[in-house]
Amino acid sequence: MTTPAFPAGPIRNHRGRGIAVVGADIDTDRIIPARYLKCVTFNDLAVGAFADDRAERAGEHPFDRPEHQQASVLVVNSNFGCGSSREHAPQALMRWGIRALVGESFAEIFFGNCLALGIPCLSAEPSVVAALQEAIAADPAAELWLDLEVLEVELESEFAGVNRWPVHLDPGPHRMLVSGQWDATSQLLANAAALDATATRLPYLQQFAQAA
Amino acid sequence: MSSATLYDKVWDLHRVAELPGGSTQLFIGLHLIHEVTSPQAFAALKDLGLAMARPERTVATVDHIVPTTNQARPFADPLAEQMLATLEANCAEHGISLHGLGSGRQGIVHVIAPELGLTQPGMTVACGDSHTSTHGAFGAIAFGIGTSQVRDVLASQSLAMNKLKVRRIWVDGQLQRGVYAKDLVLHVIRRLGVKGGVGYAYEFAGPAIAALSMEERMTLCNMAIEGGARCGYVNPDQVTFDYLQGRPHAPSGEAWARAVAWWSSLASGTEAVFDDEVRFDAGAIAPTVTWGITPGQGIGVDEAVPTLEQTAPEERPLAEEAYRYMDLQPGSAIAGTPVDVCFIGSCTNGRLSDLRAAAAVASGRQVAAGIKAFVVPGSEQVAAAAQAEGLDRVFVAAGFEWREPGCSMCLAMNPDRLEGRQISASSSNRNFKGRQGSASGRTLLMSPAMVAAAAVTGQVTDVRTLLP
Repeated sequence: MTTPAFPAGPIRNHRGRGIAVVGADIDTDRIIPARYLKCVTFNDLAVGAFADDRAERAGEHPFDRPEHQQASVLVVNSNFGCGSSREHAPQALMRWGIRALVGESFAEIFFGNCLALGIPCLSAEPSVVAALQEAIAADPAAELWLDLEVLEVELESEFAGVNRWPVHLDPGPHRMLVSGQWDATSQLLANAAALDATATRLPYLQQFAQAA
Repeated sequence: MSSATLYDKVWDLHRVAELPGGSTQLFIGLHLIHEVTSPQAFAALKDLGLAMARPERTVATVDHIVPTTNQARPFADPLAEQMLATLEANCAEHGISLHGLGSGRQGIVHVIAPELGLTQPGMTVACGDSHTSTHGAFGAIAFGIGTSQVRDVLASQSLAMNKLKVRRIWVDGQLQRGVYAKDLVLHVIRRLGVKGGVGYAYEFAGPAIAALSMEERMTLCNMAIEGGARCGYVNPDQVTFDYLQGRPHAPSGEAWARAVAWWSSLASGTEAVFDDEVRFDAGAIAPTVTWGITPGQGIGVDEAVPTLEQTAPEERPLAEEAYRYMDLQPGSAIAGTPVDVCFIGSCTNGRLSDLRAAAAVASGRQVAAGIKAFVVPGSEQVAAAAQAEGLDRVFVAAGFEWREPGCSMCLAMNPDRLEGRQISASSSNRNFKGRQGSASGRTLLMSPAMVAAAAVTGQVTDVRTLLP
């Protein structure tokens, strides 16, 4: 399997097979155990994705099941990605092939780390997530269509026909993704003068000379 | 929407610009780095052909991967050695101050920045580590970031951020003897849940908070992230100022009075408006222990593991998963649960007052047969101070191992880890599946004094029964 290109430019939509990892409060230690963090590049992290959970389930974890090897949309439950701030978690998922997530809710740092990679984390009602997870189990080859412009997920399957549900994304991240401005570095560098002005008004950078 | 809180004031002061994408560019006053989450950020900087914006506002140390037994270089683990060598090379190339092993100032990043006086009220503090919330104890807005954001801070000394809501957690009364800041924060997370704080900054306030020492406030803010809140803080007061005065990077001379005046002006005043408020009574909190696989699955040491019927319906699948993983019976008392390993240390509870509280329990007692117990000071300064007052000898006489500073078994990126299904009593911050280095290892979170009590009795024990 060749990994498709990493995200670039505006992220307006995505089409791909789904893969479900079920459970609340799945933390980033589970997404990638700490021993895989002993590295100075992110290049080889795909093997660490859910490594302990996969070993425990001996080939039965969704990330090991043959029918999910082409999947690119990860469907999860609540507070996904809580715990450690390790960007290794979304990096491992991205390098495995994930390009978007749909879930009940996401931990904040994980959400921000995904955003910085151009990977949307779309939230949806628990009933929608349950329906998606069931549909993926019933028909792993079914494709999900994520439309970020209208914030909808559509699933077309042989068995259930076409279903369409609303998803949510906060206005800030939404605009960043669809406009292609999710990679913040160049925007931050564009404001050098304003940055210097801010530093000048911070008392702790001025020996407290401007203190009240 | 909140207004006139410390969070609002510090946010407004550090706001650089509104970005085209809709987020706010926020100036970062203090950037802390370590060996695990920075190498890819430096590599990205190089790929983009960028220099560091303000290298004097970044400070480095090494903590996650260092062994706590033999710290001689090169490390036995070549990957660990490569990570430290990479950090050293990056710091040398960019002119970043690095507090390395043997410098007298090395330690866990969230321990050393406060003790060096780097962390101060009114700053924005960022670090590629979720427990950066610790620094909020000083009235700073401090939060963990990922490696792409580390790159952004290196390049621009700023971040693209979205403003949080502010929830005040007001704590009346006072903690009972044998009940510590760790118990307080485990109790708060138990009540508000591990996702209760998502989207919020937590302001900890009230008489019980005012009575806490700086080290206790650090324990409290450290675990705000375990409740889902990316940052937690305490308004600066005389306790804060007394802690800071005389520290190497704290203002001195005439600047000190001006600093105190400015810091005092930042606290949330009576006019402050919060998005939400929750109240607790400190006096009603017992020593608290986790029984499950998230920090929110905690109970008083005198309680039983909750049954499914006692668990909210939406929490039941996780409770069932926790029963299986932990091999604990719903309805059975947590006190008396046998443990294998006892770990005292981490950015949550590896400071001098933590070691004192644990030593007070260990003193004159012996680690129970078959128990591995060890103490890992949070920094070289903590180690030196503890040795100066003989705490190391108290621990060693009781049968604990006394180690070198580092993150150790909190996350097991070093040789310290659980084996197989071992169960630990741990003063750290996370009881996630596999967190302490064994895919089937089990963790019971508790205060350092409670860990010491578990070590000398071989089981989960109410530390109040061992105090004089």
